[in-house]
Amino acid sequence: MHRLRTTCLLAALWLGAMVLPGHGARADAFADLASPQFAAVTAAISTLAASDDPQAGATLQALGERSLFVAPDGNIYIRHGGSVVEARTGQPADSVPEGLKPIRLNNRIRTALAGAQAGRELLAPQPATRLRAADALYARHDPAMLAVVEHALAVEKDATVRTRLTEVRAATILGQPPAPDATALRLEAVRALAAAGGPEARGILATLACSDAEAPAVRHEAQQAVSRIDWHLRAWGVAQNAFYGLSYGSVLLLAATGLAITFGVMGVINMAHGEMMMIGAYVTWMVQQAIRATVPALEPVAILVAIPVAFVVCGALGIVIERGLIRFLYGRPLETLLATWGLSLILQQAVRSIFGPTNIAVQTPAWLSGSVAVGGMDITLNRLAILVFAGLVLGGLMLVLRRTPLGLQMRAVTQNRRMAALMGIRTPRVDALAFGLGAGLAGLAGVAVSQIDNVSPNLGQSYIIDSFMVVVFGGVGNLWGTLAAALALGMGGKVLEPTIGAVSAKIAILVLVILYIQRHPRGMFPVRGRGVES
Amino acid sequence: MPVTLPHLSRRAFGRLALASSAAAVGGMWRAAPARAAAPAGEPIRVGILHSLSGTMAISETTLKDAMLMLIAEQNRKGGLLGRPLEAVVVDPASNWPLFAEKARQLLSVDRASAVFGCWTSVSRKSVLPVFEELNGILFYPVQYEGQECSRNIFYTGAAPNQQAIPAVDYLLSEDGGGAKRFALVGTDYVYPRTTNQILANYLKAKGIAEADIMVNYTPFGQSDWQTIVSQIKAFGSAGKKTAVVSTINGDANVPFYKELGNQGISATDIPVMAFSVGEEELAGMDTAPLVGQLAAWNYFESIDTPANTAFIRQWHDFTKNPKRTTNDPMEAHYIGFNMWVQAVTRAGTTDHDKVIDAMIGIRQPNLTGGVAEMLPDHHLTKPVYIGEIQDDGQFSVVWKTPALVPGQAWSPWVPETKDLIGDWSKPIACGNYNTATKTCLGHRHA
Repeated sequence: MHRLRTTCLLAALWLGAMVLPGHGARADAFADLASPQFAAVTAAISTLAASDDPQAGATLQALGERSLFVAPDGNIYIRHGGSVVEARTGQPADSVPEGLKPIRLNNRIRTALAGAQAGRELLAPQPATRLRAADALYARHDPAMLAVVEHALAVEKDATVRTRLTEVRAATILGQPPAPDATALRLEAVRALAAAGGPEARGILATLACSDAEAPAVRHEAQQAVSRIDWHLRAWGVAQNAFYGLSYGSVLLLAATGLAITFGVMGVINMAHGEMMMIGAYVTWMVQQAIRATVPALEPVAILVAIPVAFVVCGALGIVIERGLIRFLYGRPLETLLATWGLSLILQQAVRSIFGPTNIAVQTPAWLSGSVAVGGMDITLNRLAILVFAGLVLGGLMLVLRRTPLGLQMRAVTQNRRMAALMGIRTPRVDALAFGLGAGLAGLAGVAVSQIDNVSPNLGQSYIIDSFMVVVFGGVGNLWGTLAAALALGMGGKVLEPTIGAVSAKIAILVLVILYIQRHPRGMFPVRGRGVES
Repeated sequence: MPVTLPHLSRRAFGRLALASSAAAVGGMWRAAPARAAAPAGEPIRVGILHSLSGTMAISETTLKDAMLMLIAEQNRKGGLLGRPLEAVVVDPASNWPLFAEKARQLLSVDRASAVFGCWTSVSRKSVLPVFEELNGILFYPVQYEGQECSRNIFYTGAAPNQQAIPAVDYLLSEDGGGAKRFALVGTDYVYPRTTNQILANYLKAKGIAEADIMVNYTPFGQSDWQTIVSQIKAFGSAGKKTAVVSTINGDANVPFYKELGNQGISATDIPVMAFSVGEEELAGMDTAPLVGQLAAWNYFESIDTPANTAFIRQWHDFTKNPKRTTNDPMEAHYIGFNMWVQAVTRAGTTDHDKVIDAMIGIRQPNLTGGVAEMLPDHHLTKPVYIGEIQDDGQFSVVWKTPALVPGQAWSPWVPETKDLIGDWSKPIACGNYNTATKTCLGHRHA
């Protein structure tokens, strides 16, 4: 043990002696990190990244985390909480210097830092880290990193990482201007990139294809590769668009299912439906805040806890509204419309008074952020979750309506209220529960929407018109119609959007729906039969 | 102006406007002159024309409070011309025609010596004929699309050449990433369309090819950004550094930035430069995924100068809330109000014609350094800052224009207005003077 330590010490001393001659230059690189010129900072980062200074890694990391500070005398310090360390030496500072200022970052510096970090991580022990570093370098394909990449490639054992590194090397080579006799090398690189595919490769190859400096053979090869990749991207683009349509449709579906009960099944024109969604979103926020304050460990799943809470809160509120207001207005649609509209304003103002008029920040947990790549598509996780959630909600609702006594009674009451009452069904109770169910569903929609949209007192207003459109277009009183209409409107919108733009797509969809309703006033799937109120 | 902040979806708007105009009928009140010990005599009335209800209330209420603070401060300093100042606050309730009505009331019933107000361009356009007819004075504090120069309006916010053009210059520069391809993304109304027209012409003059400029408009309150973000991503994968210039309306920004983050586009890949995202908007966002995204303003709360620190402290004391943020339009009111005070002092009267003439050339230090000067075209000289969003919801300034930029009422990058200037000093005294034909186009100033 003792001998080992001595050996280490000796080695360190020897290394220190080796480093000394270059010390002056490196000292400047440390000082340059605080330069007001971003170009000088970038250069300093490159110098440090390439150096073997033991403090370089920690210093660069601190810079990225904004914990690198400069003192008025130009010395650089790393500050983590209360401890202050001099960056150059790694020694704790004797006293916390006065007037420390954080060293500022901009995107140029961040890019340089990410490149430097990726270069170091290429030799990390875990293959996953190496792969991530290779991905980062691939996106940047900085010519300065070529030597690092080639070195990593020479020692790499893992097949996946090797493939990726070959692509990185190809991209890096092609990122440089062509040398006179490098045609064979560049052709090989073009082929490697063509095999990799994807938008980044396309970008590099497209630049080559129209570069005059390139040899004709390389240009030709690049041209062909670009058209192959384009074909590939287009095919995946169709799939990607279909997913966007499904996702948009699922949001519409969620917003409309509650209304499909209150308006579709019960016939109540509920203008406060959107506000129920808004309250659902606020409940999500409150649940998150409560969990963060009490059990921080559960914070990532707060959104799951919010689902039943929002359903119960909004459902209970719905029952109160039905008992306190709606039940006096059955059969008087105009008055219902005005009363629920007034109610929506009251609810908005109440929320505004309690929580303030500005947006509140509902957190998206890490497991709902980001995306997964499926072939050439990016599936964003929050949208995927909403898609699944919408399916579950619709399925659950179907089960309730078809397989439970409440569902049976609801259907009976809506089909023939007098007959149902004569059969012994307590219709007022069913009305209240049905309205509560609709409001609860709106609350669930609010939980979902809080992950993709602003949460403010005005949230509901942006969904109410779309919700009515979906229910009317699908056929009032038919859940399958609501599903079909939501998906049709979602898909239609997303098919039109890339070609004619978001504004025109919205107008076109509205016009199409109006024309359709003109010809089929009862929507896509009208409810038939004698029981339906004329 | 651009930031029709909160939730101006058209359908929502009609509804809210209707509801809130009822509330606005009784909404006029007067702030008592603040313990005016020294000043005495007939008070000088200052009109405040900002929406206190409806969709714009979020943004405009702050400006009303800022004005009350400035007026109280002036009264503490002894008022103006030895007379106390009296704030007359009216509520135009985010209802554009009501803006014109309230402006008429402020000028002809309350005899306001100056009016500070408006936020959206459409509200300004609505009151402009009233101010010209009754020869009033309006201070308009918000950055806007330009192409207007009225004798009766002082534009204390940024013109396009004081925000949009320097912002694009930064993106083109090496520090800004040296962008070669630009996606101009905006909400579909007058400010983004005019700004993007100016920017497209400017970029072409800078050698950016037509094919490297993508323009996209979305409706108010857009919340589904999937398609557009993936279009931006595809547009950005052509092998050239790409940047987004966003004139997206304040509230639609949250889902836009969320979608960018989820699709894995970071500020280092494709930076987004926003003209309508300020400290107030960030207050409702989780800014960790936005770090590095950019905004261009003439003022940032984070800029560390003694004047700004004092202003922020005064604001916290006045609102009794240490968390209230300050923002760019507040600074514009600060400058405009102090300039008006100077002009009235110099003219020795509140007579509108004399004050309007006295305003030109008045100088007032900015909160963030440099001195604002009222130019003959009723715009200011301003510093332009580029800030990057930090994870604490503030901006860190990464670039500023080397010198103050004088505001241009008419853009040289729009073919129809490239020869126009505004010059209300004698002998030209014209808001739209054609320097090529040496004629004044006359009364049509917008």
